[in-house]
Amino acid sequence: MTLLFHIGRYFMLLGEVFSKPERFRVYWRRTVEEMELLGVKSLGIVALLSLFMGAVIAIQTKTNIDSPLIPFYVVGFTVRQSTILEFSPTIISLILAGKVGSTIAAEIGSMRVREQIDALDIMGVNSAGYLILPKIIATAIINPFLIMISMFLSIFGGWMAGVLSGIISSSNYIAGVQWDFDPYIVTYALIKTVVFAVIIATVSGYQGYYTRGGTREVGISSTRAVVYSDVVILIANYLLTQLLLL
Amino acid sequence: MIEVKDLSKSFGAVEVLRGINARFGKGKVNQVIGKSGSGKSVLAKCLVGLHPPTTGEVLYDGESFQGMDKERKKLLRQEIGMLFQSSALFDSLTVMENVLFPLRMFATMSESEMRDRAAFCLKRVNIEGANSKFPAEISGGMQKRVGIARAIAMNPKYLFVDEPNSGLDPQTSIVIDNLIQEITEEYNTTTIVITHDMNSVIGIGDEIFFIHNKQLWWQGSRDELVKSDNQELQEFIFAGSLMRQVRTAMGGR
Ligand SMILES: Nc1ncnc2c1ncn2[C@@H]1O[C@H](COP(=O)(O)OP(=O)(O)OP(=O)(O)O)[C@@H](O)[C@H]1O
Ligand SMILES: [Mg+2]
Repeated sequence: MTLLFHIGRYFMLLGEVFSKPERFRVYWRRTVEEMELLGVKSLGIVALLSLFMGAVIAIQTKTNIDSPLIPFYVVGFTVRQSTILEFSPTIISLILAGKVGSTIAAEIGSMRVREQIDALDIMGVNSAGYLILPKIIATAIINPFLIMISMFLSIFGGWMAGVLSGIISSSNYIAGVQWDFDPYIVTYALIKTVVFAVIIATVSGYQGYYTRGGTREVGISSTRAVVYSDVVILIANYLLTQLLLL
Repeated sequence: MIEVKDLSKSFGAVEVLRGINARFGKGKVNQVIGKSGSGKSVLAKCLVGLHPPTTGEVLYDGESFQGMDKERKKLLRQEIGMLFQSSALFDSLTVMENVLFPLRMFATMSESEMRDRAAFCLKRVNIEGANSKFPAEISGGMQKRVGIARAIAMNPKYLFVDEPNSGLDPQTSIVIDNLIQEITEEYNTTTIVITHDMNSVIGIGDEIFFIHNKQLWWQGSRDELVKSDNQELQEFIFAGSLMRQVRTAMGGR
């Protein structure tokens, strides 16, 4: 019952969000600001995670499944596949849900409890659209770039770890990365990324927008934004994998 | 003119307002007074449609707000200016940008005209030299004044001000009161001021509405207020000693 209530209200909010903006110029300016705030500022954490994750996958693969029966290209291949298929689009999106989702819910939630959303409504501004739409567009544009950077850095991290520690030769690693490459998996990853970005922005926006009470509730909304974004991303990941890869 | 018909408001089981009937006249400063927690802010929010009333309706120049569709409500709201009790400035925007905000959203003027208009409004509330500061960097009283500047930016037909004087020194308080009165006369706005401040009531109130015990307990002009024998009203207004002097001076008990 309450789940149905939230789903219903979520889609009604989306209806508001996607109704015609009052002034495109104002919305666009907000979108650019959000790209900076939600995207560019996530670059550091994404880069750090990706480098280390790629490095660990390379070392794990080498030490756990190395045997004379396993071909030389397995390390590069494994790093590439796990990075592009799941690590970058899904795990990094989950991390971004934590960082970006909580920011969105906290910002909109505190505007709600401090009557700033009322102030927007009273001016005749579509508050849901004004606050949430720029965030959806910003994350949907910027997250694919973040994820591509993550892919590159993860594979590069694998190379660094493998080659620098001397467990694999550079040429073998690169051959593995290139082995049996189907570009479709990148398309698949980017489609997932965009869907996850929209989930993060809308679920967190929803949590913030319907905050009631005071600062304590803003904290609760912010936590919920992360938890629900994660759950919805995992479900969507399962469905999209079935839909796009089978 | 704003008319309220049989308006009640409850939050869940908690009744805040019951059966309010009132007319807030055009070109007048209508003041709503009452104890803290009596429901003044809730009344204002019901009037502008931020809280849906539990029963009753609100008429804007004869047109029922509850009967309007979404687009009509949005258009009407562009004619409403409101100062919230909490000021509700956008804290990611500077003072100037806050006042520019409604103009950028709705006004059909050039960027420089908008800036002129915003600067003019800020000047009217005695804010100068703080235009590029953020709300967190100015005092509560200054926030109120910026809130008023934002409320009047679009030349509203209906002006709501929730406690404009709280947090202001007596001098600035008078400046703000005079500003509200001037705007009301100049633009013939329907102005509703919520206040605790008896100086302000005596200073600019044309019609006074006293909310007590969830109801519109008493209504009348300034002079009637001072002479009224209504017990609860007396208790409320004579809690401040200045009013007692005024009453005595005017020959009351
Ligand atoms: N959103 C809400 N949900 C539930 N109860 C509310 C809500 N807003 C206000 N109330 C209750 O309504 C009553 C009146 O509140 P209101 O803010 O209108 O008082 P007020 O007359 O403006 O007081 P003050 O002079 O202190 O500003 C209070 O008891 C308050 O607890
Ligand atoms: Mg109040």
